[in-house]
Amino acid sequence: MALPAHKIDGAAALLARYSAPDAPKWLANARKDAAQRLATMGAPHARDEYWRYTPPASLLGDVADVAQLDDKALFDAGDAHELVFVDGIFDAAQSTLRDDDALQIQTLNDASADIHWAADLFGALESAGQNPVPRPLAALNTARAGQGVLIRVSGAARPVVLRHKRRAANAEAMLHHVIKLDAGASLTLLEDGAAAARLNAVIEVDIADRAMFDHVRNQGRDHGRQLATHIFARLGTESRFKSFTLSLNGKLTRNEAVITLTGDNASAHIAGAAVGDGDFLHDDTIFITHDAEHCESRQVFKKVLRNGANGVFQGKILVKPGAQKTDGYQISQGLLLDDDSNFLAKPELEIYADDVVCSHGSTCGSVDDTALFYLTSRGVPRAEAQDLLVLAFLDEAIAEIGDDVLADRLRERLGGWLERHRG
Amino acid sequence: MLNIKNLHVKLEEEDKVILKGVDLNIGAGEVHAIMGPNGSGKSTLSYVLAGRDGYEVTDGSASLDGVDLLDMDPEDRAAAGLFLAFQYPVEIPGVGNMTFLRTAANAQRKARGEEELSAAAFLKLVRAKAASLQIDAEMLKRPVNVGFSGGEKKRNEILQMAVLEPKMCILDETDSGLDVDAMKLVAEGVNALRSAGRSFLIITHYQRLLDHIKPDFVHIMADGKIIKTDGPDLALEVENNGYADLLAEVA
Repeated sequence: MALPAHKIDGAAALLARYSAPDAPKWLANARKDAAQRLATMGAPHARDEYWRYTPPASLLGDVADVAQLDDKALFDAGDAHELVFVDGIFDAAQSTLRDDDALQIQTLNDASADIHWAADLFGALESAGQNPVPRPLAALNTARAGQGVLIRVSGAARPVVLRHKRRAANAEAMLHHVIKLDAGASLTLLEDGAAAARLNAVIEVDIADRAMFDHVRNQGRDHGRQLATHIFARLGTESRFKSFTLSLNGKLTRNEAVITLTGDNASAHIAGAAVGDGDFLHDDTIFITHDAEHCESRQVFKKVLRNGANGVFQGKILVKPGAQKTDGYQISQGLLLDDDSNFLAKPELEIYADDVVCSHGSTCGSVDDTALFYLTSRGVPRAEAQDLLVLAFLDEAIAEIGDDVLADRLRERLGGWLERHRG
Repeated sequence: MLNIKNLHVKLEEEDKVILKGVDLNIGAGEVHAIMGPNGSGKSTLSYVLAGRDGYEVTDGSASLDGVDLLDMDPEDRAAAGLFLAFQYPVEIPGVGNMTFLRTAANAQRKARGEEELSAAAFLKLVRAKAASLQIDAEMLKRPVNVGFSGGEKKRNEILQMAVLEPKMCILDETDSGLDVDAMKLVAEGVNALRSAGRSFLIITHYQRLLDHIKPDFVHIMADGKIIKTDGPDLALEVENNGYADLLAEVA
């Protein structure tokens, strides 16, 4: 079927608006291919099935809206590698790279001509993730992003912190990270901050056999921001992928993840907690493909919504023929603190193997009155009791974070948010 | 201690009158039991006193040590010294039992203008009380009542009561769902809390709990009113003859 003209024109306009930076040949080629992909699939549109609940218009407009500057860090760098980006531009002076035999880092803006592993990977997982559902903003990102990091991990590496700072209230950023974990390697990647008023970010992560990738992302708390992010992950045998995203406020956040389990006994966990008040739209769109035996996947997404805030979840588990003994789990829940808020969920299972366990659930409700009465009857003030119950609601998602200290830090920040958004 | 006068209560959502003029006075240190057939309004009385939503007081009053209870929020009633042990203790996934206890105890202390307890001091206090109720550290760590057996839930209620040290304790069918041993344990917990300054209102269907917790007075409630009040022997009478005779007496 031919694409409607507005989608073709939209893609052309996007490609024209952003320019591809100078780059070595491999990168220039990858960008050219991605531009071609985008031209073929067209720009996203509110009438697309995948954009039905989250109108993409504000992600596509000429200029980014203003978002308050709020850089309050959530993660300490400790003895991690810390890469600082200011409005989405790498700032070498503020960054700290430590001795680490297990890891090599280059930034995308000065990627070398002979970084073969990155040349093989850049845009490859994004491209593979375009089927069966097109993800035009990810293709745009591959085609145009000039900033990001290329990380290759060969052993147990120190954690990497990507610290995002903001200077201009209406800055726009496009970041593309490529991470390759060799067999048995492990890496924790922490992302801290919103990066820009409008951000298009892609992470491609290739996890070889027995490698482990842990990812915790704090998307900031400035309200006016608009974020479109994609994670593309490929998992080898007995490998592990874990990703958690915290979102406070934000008038538009679209977090997509496309995860493919290609080796037996691999495990992928992806989770998120989002809280929003008023003009808030938060969308998690997840696609997990089981293409090997004895793999496990978990999706745990919780959203707390008040004053007309909107939450969206589109989550899919695809079990390919032969992916026997798959253990798939998916839960998405919206907690509505008033009658004006909305939670829209579209859970999907598509299973072509006959010996699998897949469970999914989606609920949408308000704070449990009985529990609230129980707590207040013990002397806990109502507002505090409600906060306790809201945090408890979020906890299944937060518990997905492997690091307890980090998880507690998140709980604290969420507690603070709830305290500021009472009544 | 607790003074209830001519209390009339209807359901907020529908035109159903449940309490039709309850009068009850409980003095300091006294133990009162309320018995009565299903649907007589016993649990409603306990919920109305504790401040649960959904009920409308159309007439009468209830006060604790002279302070009007009915105008207060549930948390303020708790801080004033009222405690309701639930018939069906609520499961709260995601909230640790210990966190819950400490939050509640400190909120009450704060409301009364007392200093909050440190985590260490509180832990010591709870451990000592938990031990006598055979509540182990594992149960304290778990989310509130989640996965607890019926007996564990009731023991957890008594633990909360022991930690919060209310002056007016209402026990709503605390014996329901308990085997003989669990009931004894719960009764011992309650008896340990009896003191000159603390009163109890025990709502029950069966006399057997009252074998373990000796009441000073027994009231029979029927159709939203207390129809008879007497000493502990009244409970035995009910156990032997049922409610039919009593109901016929007042009809």
